[in-house]
Amino acid sequence: MEVARSLRYMRLRPGSGSLILVAVLALVGAVAPWIAPYDPLATDVAAALQPPSVIHWFGTDAVGRDLFSRVLVAARLDLSIAVAAVALSFVVGAAAGAISGYLGGWIDGAIGRVTDTIMAFPLFVLAMGIVAAAGNTVANIIYATAVINIPTYVRVARAEVLVRREAPFVHAARLAGNGPARVLAFHLFPNVAAPLIVQASLNMGYAILNAAGLSFIGLGVRPPTPEWGIMVADGAAYIISGEWWVWLFPGLALTGAVLAFNIAGDGLRDFFDPQRRS
Amino acid sequence: MGSLIARRLAGALAVVASVIVVTFLLTRALPADPAVYFAGIGGTKEAIAAMRAKLGLNHGLLTQFLVYVRALAVGDLGHSLTTGHPVIDDLARRLPASLELTISALALASVIGLPAGIAAAVWPNSWFDHLVRVMATIGVAVPTFFTGLMLLHVFYFDLGWAPAPLGRLSTFAVPPPRVTGFYLIDSLFAGDLPTFAAALSQLALPALTLALFAVAPLARATRAAMLEVLASDFVRTARAIPLGRAKILFVYAFGNALLPVLTTIGMVFSFLLGANVLVEKVFGWPGIGSYAIDALIAADYAPVQGFVLLMAILYILLNLVIDIAVIVADPRTVGA
Repeated sequence: MEVARSLRYMRLRPGSGSLILVAVLALVGAVAPWIAPYDPLATDVAAALQPPSVIHWFGTDAVGRDLFSRVLVAARLDLSIAVAAVALSFVVGAAAGAISGYLGGWIDGAIGRVTDTIMAFPLFVLAMGIVAAAGNTVANIIYATAVINIPTYVRVARAEVLVRREAPFVHAARLAGNGPARVLAFHLFPNVAAPLIVQASLNMGYAILNAAGLSFIGLGVRPPTPEWGIMVADGAAYIISGEWWVWLFPGLALTGAVLAFNIAGDGLRDFFDPQRRS
Repeated sequence: MGSLIARRLAGALAVVASVIVVTFLLTRALPADPAVYFAGIGGTKEAIAAMRAKLGLNHGLLTQFLVYVRALAVGDLGHSLTTGHPVIDDLARRLPASLELTISALALASVIGLPAGIAAAVWPNSWFDHLVRVMATIGVAVPTFFTGLMLLHVFYFDLGWAPAPLGRLSTFAVPPPRVTGFYLIDSLFAGDLPTFAAALSQLALPALTLALFAVAPLARATRAAMLEVLASDFVRTARAIPLGRAKILFVYAFGNALLPVLTTIGMVFSFLLGANVLVEKVFGWPGIGSYAIDALIAADYAPVQGFVLLMAILYILLNLVIDIAVIVADPRTVGA
């Protein structure tokens, strides 16, 4: 009875539909090279800039590459960059935040100073600066996207640890002889993981947008690698002559992926924290 | 109130100091040896050594930092290899273009977003509220550069209403004499209405693109703040008196909802400064964002670092202004 009700409740939430969409996206990213009808790098100058048709569903670009195949295969790189960046900022941010909240004192002050400094920059601009300084590679796009997202996790982890630091179960763990590292990792962290996971899922859409924005301005991903941001940038050259399909389909894929992750993140937040539902 | 403002000022100065440390570290993390890089292609060993001494790279990190700060103090951000000018001059020349775009977009977003948020809060769960929620969800998911291309395709390619995306004025037009650097304002000073109209038509699409991105968070924050205020005791009392509906809504309720909305505007401005770069690229807008992109692609690092520093300082300044506005607008801090 109870299970049936909660199942019904979950099914009706918009979040669950988008979770399926996220799963489909991940699956497409995983199998794209095998289901793509054409080689995403194969050029065919005779069939350049063809509008969408039965043969080329999304049309072809300036050197005759099949855009449908390229949009499919690009899902792989775009999602990998976002997942890697979010995972990195999750691990670093959660650890720093938990330590900051648990130990307090000068460590807390120092970590707080670093996060405040990151937040003092317009984040996309800071990401540009990091990629410029560290070198124009895909790995540095991941690091830059991770760095600008770290403060969010630090804040959440610190706040959640701070309110539980003096909780009876933590005292009990300490009295049982656990050192600070053990208390943090095995007693406190499991209790603060839920809001951090919600934060990570809300962050995915932003990470995709940020990475695509960086590659749109020519950073990181090199042509002819299929990636949504750089494909939209390629298509922008045809805005004057009107070959809309070159930029429209990668842009739609990008928007759809961000939308799916955002709605899934909202749904996850409502599920874990029904009181904050807006 | 005065001491609160003084504390905010001190806090902003501390943040500027740490931002300068970060931009310094970014200059030292250049992918290649800066001395080899600044000596240029084909620089001899002696030239590289001379450049190393000139850049102060043979000193310790702390000395280098002091040299960097001393240069900053006199406005020396280095030279751009691509334009050949001092970076500070390039930035100063291009900044008004970016500010005109960003400020117009923020104004446009507020004009759309605040009333939409208020209406959604006044009629919660109405069709309009749902529409605002759906639009806000989509609004934050569409990349700015994609919005720009879609608008361009419809209004420039299909309808022919908008001019080509080639900057602030057509190549043949003469810009108005520079007073503020904002074409809209300068052309009015000069009494030159045709130039004003031309500048406005060039600005319309990029400003709308940026604004659409900012509308969603503004409408959401306004709705949430208004819902909270409308449910409060003093609004119920005002209704019971009864005061006029418009007076309750716009003076009492909105006046109190303004604080969280102001804070959100600060956050939105951070997004706008970042998104500005993308919009400048799409519309060929000659601001500091497209300057930084051109430099990045040409591996010309001094302009990028100057740009990052300038953006951070702009953002800190704006946050300071908003903090002070919040203190001034909040009746509870009067006399504190």
